Amino acid sequence: MKFHWFHLMPYRFLPDDFKQKYRSVWVDIPRSLYDPKIGHRLYNEYLDQLEFADRMGFDGICVNEHHQNAYGLMPSPNIMAGVLARRTQNANLVVLGNSIALYNPPIRVAEEFAMLDVLSGGRLVAGFPVGTSMDTTFCYGEVPATLREKYLEAHDLIIRAWTEPECFAFNGKYAKLRYVNLWPRPLQQPHPPVWVPGGGSVETWDFCADHDYQYSFLSYFGYKQAKKVADGYWEVMARKGKELNPYSLGFAQVVAVANTDQEAERDYAPHMDYFYNRCLHVYIGFVDAPGYRSANSIRAGLAGQVTKSGSWKREGLAWRDFVEQGYIVAGSPRTVVEGLRDAIKSLRCGHLMMLFQIGSMPPELVRKSTELFAREVMPHLRDLWPGHRDRWSPKRLPLEETAVAAPLDLQVTRAGNKSGPRSSAGRIGEVVK
Amino acid sequence: MKSLRRLNSARHEVEVHEFGRGEPLLFLHGAGGLLGVESFLEQLGREFKVVAPHLPGYGESTGGELIEDVFDAVLFYHELMDELGIPAAHVVGHSMGGMLAAELAAFDIHRVKRLVLVSPAGFWLDRHPIPDFFAADFKELPALLFHDPGSAVAKLLMMTPDDPQALTTMYVERAKRLAMATKLLWPIPERGLKKRAYRIAAPTLLLWGESDRLIPKAYAGEFQRHIRDCRYEAIEGAAHMVMYEKPEEFCRRVLAFLKQ
Repeated sequence: MKFHWFHLMPYRFLPDDFKQKYRSVWVDIPRSLYDPKIGHRLYNEYLDQLEFADRMGFDGICVNEHHQNAYGLMPSPNIMAGVLARRTQNANLVVLGNSIALYNPPIRVAEEFAMLDVLSGGRLVAGFPVGTSMDTTFCYGEVPATLREKYLEAHDLIIRAWTEPECFAFNGKYAKLRYVNLWPRPLQQPHPPVWVPGGGSVETWDFCADHDYQYSFLSYFGYKQAKKVADGYWEVMARKGKELNPYSLGFAQVVAVANTDQEAERDYAPHMDYFYNRCLHVYIGFVDAPGYRSANSIRAGLAGQVTKSGSWKREGLAWRDFVEQGYIVAGSPRTVVEGLRDAIKSLRCGHLMMLFQIGSMPPELVRKSTELFAREVMPHLRDLWPGHRDRWSPKRLPLEETAVAAPLDLQVTRAGNKSGPRSSAGRIGEVVK
Repeated sequence: MKSLRRLNSARHEVEVHEFGRGEPLLFLHGAGGLLGVESFLEQLGREFKVVAPHLPGYGESTGGELIEDVFDAVLFYHELMDELGIPAAHVVGHSMGGMLAAELAAFDIHRVKRLVLVSPAGFWLDRHPIPDFFAADFKELPALLFHDPGSAVAKLLMMTPDDPQALTTMYVERAKRLAMATKLLWPIPERGLKKRAYRIAAPTLLLWGESDRLIPKAYAGEFQRHIRDCRYEAIEGAAHMVMYEKPEEFCRRVLAFLKQ
């Protein structure tokens, strides 16, 4: 079983009356609510957390792409992965991912992913999401009706750019290139593992099955509601005669560990409320542009990543409901072990992407939850899938061939800079107001 | 009368509604499509042979995947006119259909005799941004489209079924129609008409619902600036869905113009 530490990098300081005052956390949220000075501290705080996860033995650290929102502050996850490549050694860099239909020509993504793969010594997981309707159609102006076709073309171009030995011409409908000749090319051969994060479009299952990609279901509505999607995915795999390997399915789950169940509620409840009621407060008109989902997906009625996210659905839910309905797996280590075992087994997933920094959660709580998980939960769940081989994790360089960043004290420091840079370990709350 | 016409190229099957006889009048619907309650088409059919096709992606018309831009759509209407044996016609277009009617008239100036553009799309003014029709919640649409959102006609056109199955079907159909419209209107409903509108030779009537909030009447000035023979009239007590809101007044103005 593989465990990944997933950051959305939310803005932690939306006002208390955010939901009453503004219609959406995404697309048209007022820019004035973002304070770049707080943002500076937040990025550094969040990167510290991902680096900590590396040291705590998580298999992967995950970043992803979103635009014009306070839910996730990474318009370019590749920048974050680039930073992390230098200060982490063990964890895989799971970029979940680049919305490839948004980049023209898409070889930009092939290039940046190749850079990350080379830089990190082959630790990259290349995520190819279609992207949410908010990100792709509303923020980036893509025509919803042709988004998926453009995505598929971009995918073909990127894979060819990674694998073809010679310079080639690409005559696509959306990208026309006379010379495709990638420098650098990826370190992993034939290319980094591809994971496709999805919100429940039925077409994505076929796509993953046909290409032997890992499918990552990213929803924040918990494993109980995800069962329908996982069952649909496994049905497609079975129908196509594919191996029912748990490692071909990833799932995102909000997790919060404390010493006791009571402590978990006390410490984490306000931040969970912030996450579900502010971070996921998306105006319904932005959730599903006409043509974004196929008729089949609409009929299947599957919830997307945030498609079910209208916070109205969760009106009146309290901590107990969130826990019981499986939105979050939270409590003492024992409770979390049991909850996650149930989730992993019922979905049959081999990769778990877990959100530990939830909404407004401050760094000391994130650290506590992460540490307790690594020490007291992870070891009990490692051997859930004996007999299955994970073919979807990176094949990195052997350690003896891996270059690492020189220690900071060996680098030339600016003369007279005695105080040195401040660590971001301080409380951000202090700088607010 | 409703019929299904297979185009010569066999690329499309087209659902066509026809009313009356006489000189041909082609009606091009807006992004919402023909809803089956178009009394104004019957009224116009008392004096003309009204031909109202569904754009592919709408109704039973097929081949929507072949229409990806304004040029494809204009070519489609040309082919359809050929198929129907209409060398030239009066053309009335509403909203998105108004934009396509103007494009048709600019593309082949011999094919359009008189042109009526009803609250047409096709231009963009930074001073008067057109609200995002595609993002509008179903509850918000009436206020965007009608002079009186509480009127009987607004309720009729905005009716949603209670039965969940029927609601899903409605949602799928609506998504299918609007997905087609996104190819011509998303994210900004402007596709270069300003380059081509100077070619329009047909005498043109611009008809606006006085209180149109979707495409404000400020846009009439843009059309007048670009089209040589172009007059503007507004109908009071109506908004973007003017021909549904004031069908008699609408037909009176259109007929008076076409019969000049």
